[in-house]
Amino acid sequence: MREIRSMLNAVGQSVPRKDGIGKATGQARYADDLRFPGMLHGRTIRSTIPCGRLAAVRLGFDPAGFTVVDHRDIPGRNVVTLIADDQPCLVEREIRHVAEPVLLLAHENREALLGASVALEEEPAEPVFDPERSPTAFKTILIEKGDLAAGFAEADHVVEGTYCTGHQEHVYIEPQAVIAVPEDGGMTVYGSIQCPFYAHRALAVILGDAVARVRVIQTETGGGFGGKEEYPSGIAAHAALLALKSDRPVKLIYDRVEDMLATTKRHPAIVRHRTGLTRDGRLVAMDIEVILDGGAYQTLSAVVLSRGSIHAAGPYRCDNIRIAARAMFTNTPPNGAFRGFGAPQTQFGVEVHMERIAEALGLDPVRLRERNLLRPGDTTATGQRVGQDCAALEVLRTAVRRSGFRRKRKAYAGTGRGIGLAMYWHGSGFTGSGELKLASRATIELTATGVRVLTSSTELGQGTRTMHAQIVADALGVPYEQVEVAMPDTGLVPDSGPTVASRTCMVVGRILQRAAEEIRAKLGDATPAEYFRRHGPLAVTGQYEQPEWIRWDEIDYRGDAYAAYAWGCDVVEVELDRDTWEVRPVRVTVVNEIGKAIHPALARGQVEGGTVQGLGYALLERVVMRNGAMANAQLTNYIIPTTLDTPKLDVVLLEHPYDGGPFGAKGLGELPIDGPAPAVVNAIRQLGIDVRGIPAVPEAIREAACASP
Amino acid sequence: MRTAVSRLELLQPRSLQHALRMLRDEGPLTPLAGATDLYVAVNFGTLDSTRFLNLWGLEPLRRITLCGDTLRIGALATYTSLIRSRLVRQRLPILARAALEVGGVQIQNRGTLGGNVANASPAGDTLPVLAVAEAVVVLRSVDRERRVPFAEFYTGYRQTVRRPDELIVGLEIPPVEGRQWFRKVGTRAAQAISKVVIAAVRGSSPRIALGSVAPTVIRLSQVEHALGAGAGMDEAVHRLDQDIQPIDDLRSTADYRRDVAGNLLQRFWAETGGLSS
Repeated sequence: MREIRSMLNAVGQSVPRKDGIGKATGQARYADDLRFPGMLHGRTIRSTIPCGRLAAVRLGFDPAGFTVVDHRDIPGRNVVTLIADDQPCLVEREIRHVAEPVLLLAHENREALLGASVALEEEPAEPVFDPERSPTAFKTILIEKGDLAAGFAEADHVVEGTYCTGHQEHVYIEPQAVIAVPEDGGMTVYGSIQCPFYAHRALAVILGDAVARVRVIQTETGGGFGGKEEYPSGIAAHAALLALKSDRPVKLIYDRVEDMLATTKRHPAIVRHRTGLTRDGRLVAMDIEVILDGGAYQTLSAVVLSRGSIHAAGPYRCDNIRIAARAMFTNTPPNGAFRGFGAPQTQFGVEVHMERIAEALGLDPVRLRERNLLRPGDTTATGQRVGQDCAALEVLRTAVRRSGFRRKRKAYAGTGRGIGLAMYWHGSGFTGSGELKLASRATIELTATGVRVLTSSTELGQGTRTMHAQIVADALGVPYEQVEVAMPDTGLVPDSGPTVASRTCMVVGRILQRAAEEIRAKLGDATPAEYFRRHGPLAVTGQYEQPEWIRWDEIDYRGDAYAAYAWGCDVVEVELDRDTWEVRPVRVTVVNEIGKAIHPALARGQVEGGTVQGLGYALLERVVMRNGAMANAQLTNYIIPTTLDTPKLDVVLLEHPYDGGPFGAKGLGELPIDGPAPAVVNAIRQLGIDVRGIPAVPEAIREAACASP
Repeated sequence: MRTAVSRLELLQPRSLQHALRMLRDEGPLTPLAGATDLYVAVNFGTLDSTRFLNLWGLEPLRRITLCGDTLRIGALATYTSLIRSRLVRQRLPILARAALEVGGVQIQNRGTLGGNVANASPAGDTLPVLAVAEAVVVLRSVDRERRVPFAEFYTGYRQTVRRPDELIVGLEIPPVEGRQWFRKVGTRAAQAISKVVIAAVRGSSPRIALGSVAPTVIRLSQVEHALGAGAGMDEAVHRLDQDIQPIDDLRSTADYRRDVAGNLLQRFWAETGGLSS
């Protein structure tokens, strides 16, 4: 057995994707490909004012053939349940943002549905758009370490700065899409959904006793990036309400405009730094304020704020830190989960600030960072002691060497080229004791030909199915081809927690690895198929086990915030066209330390995709808000980078195994979006332009250039 | 919300004459060719017309020919056919260049030169080229044909002299003397709508046209005159400031457009200087 196992190694190999052939040949079925007998199409009627009351709804069409649903048709509670139950499924009286769902229509003909007019009588009230002037905080967080006043007393220099980041739209290729099917007294929802059990819980609350059972099945999904984490719960409920009332399947698919107008975006942020340093550039005091614009409902703002706060001091050691953070209510569509989850905003702040510190103190930007980066054994802002896998220095040095940073920095001085770098880190999995509360489970069962993996982890294009199968194959000692991965179906799979927070490999993969080892022990020398033939079915369900060293104080925000951190450094070279103020990234070097690349090609794919998404965030993607609504809710005017805008990418993956992850793996999905924006802005700074906000569109760069001395 | 297209009416003419009769007898109709602009309005729910005339099948309007010294481009010539046309590349390479920067390949395969002219967007990529080439817009109705100089074609924001019973059937482009220059500023490498677009010719008297800086595409006649008379760049940029009326909109700002227009004017003059006289 030993010998056989040593010959098998799917982990670390770029094996064929489990979903590759289906997607390449068009056999993969997305929500819009599915048809059910008697199916209707759904449509959502939305508020048009940012704040006020709904006085009346008037149908401007003949209702024959239509199913019409409003809040009175909700059999359970009118709430999309999440952290706080503040967001109604359908507006009753109060309107808190533009594009809030008010009324639902269904008809068998999509065109008839589009032609139906509904007049809303809305009474506007005074909206709040400025998070700093908002009277309502959804959540505040205070992280304190050491003695800030003593730190500033020790400082030879104090540097201050304010850094702003804008909204960002996910632009998943497939818009939001669900189909609700009434079946045998129950309700089954198929959809482009990141977290089937979130939708399942929300549906149970909204449908109440009206259905015997709720089932949620993920369909093949065209990207998520966090945008299909919590938001589909409300859409699933809308489709289910229409299906319940009509007793027919209802398909509800957003077009791009509706998707951009109504659904969540990345939280805009304001980050203020006041930093004390010694003459030689040692950080002695970091006072940081973080303000997130939460939008009109809480959604996940509290947790986004949490991750943003914990990452706000960057991967640096400093004895005296205060991070005061708040997520504020505004009358805009709620902001929600987006790859990075608060960390890109706060790390933009700290890394642009570090560059300004280097400038102010006349220090080399690499040396300033080297002096202050976390080393194994150092403590973070929450007092967590980082482990031996801490690779901050190594990623910096590798990136600097590999990119020729020092040489180019000198060579580019005074030219139209600039080069900048940014350090970053990203905690894997849920914060603190979050994973313990989730208590995720994952199952492996024997089949006639091998094994089947059952989890609620969703394939969103990032490679979940492939990577889980690799882990199970090697842990079990069977060929990768003999491992099947079931589609997430809440009727069949255990709750492995949501597919978010860079946890699917490190946390769920680890549960699978242990379950596979348990099965391996039961099989003895038999293969899974032999055992199945002799003894019949066998399934093992593993459950998350928290590493025993983790201590976390949720009230004081002290302790071990994450089980592991992945580390990164980006070096970006840009070219400025002084006629048009357009900045083009021409080369990006990315060094990421991720524990173990289970599938090197997929891992690189995550890094490349995240980097380009980060470049768009930095330079192009501007959500224009007018009176609380996205005015450029079209791909024509919301500019994301295309392949032609993608620079040369040099990606280096380093592996310092984390012993709590499968084969040493840490989280990777979000890490690469933390670095590009500050690295780009730091490269622009080398051109003598003082940019402190993103998106750094040409108009903003020009203004900054005119203002810079 | 997307427009319900089943409520729209599409008339299918068999020939140009048939199309012109439909325009006269069954109007008002919005002519439709590649539909690339119309579909943006369909998707955004801002389509204001309900009745359309489908010109796409009128093959004779696709021709690109040389008639004496005049380049004749049928209204239905697509961007792709402009890019591929040897005649266009030889005589008016900046038109091929502008066509290359319109949308992506799919848009270039469907979008037409006549459509770009008729749509009358101040951001239309080919319009500054046609302006400096001093093109003539050929309009036809059932009983007559008339030729309108490009400079007289637009009367205001999205307003043209085309009457409801007329179709743009083609553009006539006289020979262009001098070095041609084109630049589109759209912030990403492709699939962008211009924030500023400039076409220029450095001949015995310079010609310069700008898009996205006024309610219509404009010729910078004051600037041309000044540069032609030997004025310096400061003077030219000062006159440019008087010629243009850029605005703040979804895509950019008036300040940015003003600044970039001035910079591109200087760039044009500097890059074409070596070859003049």
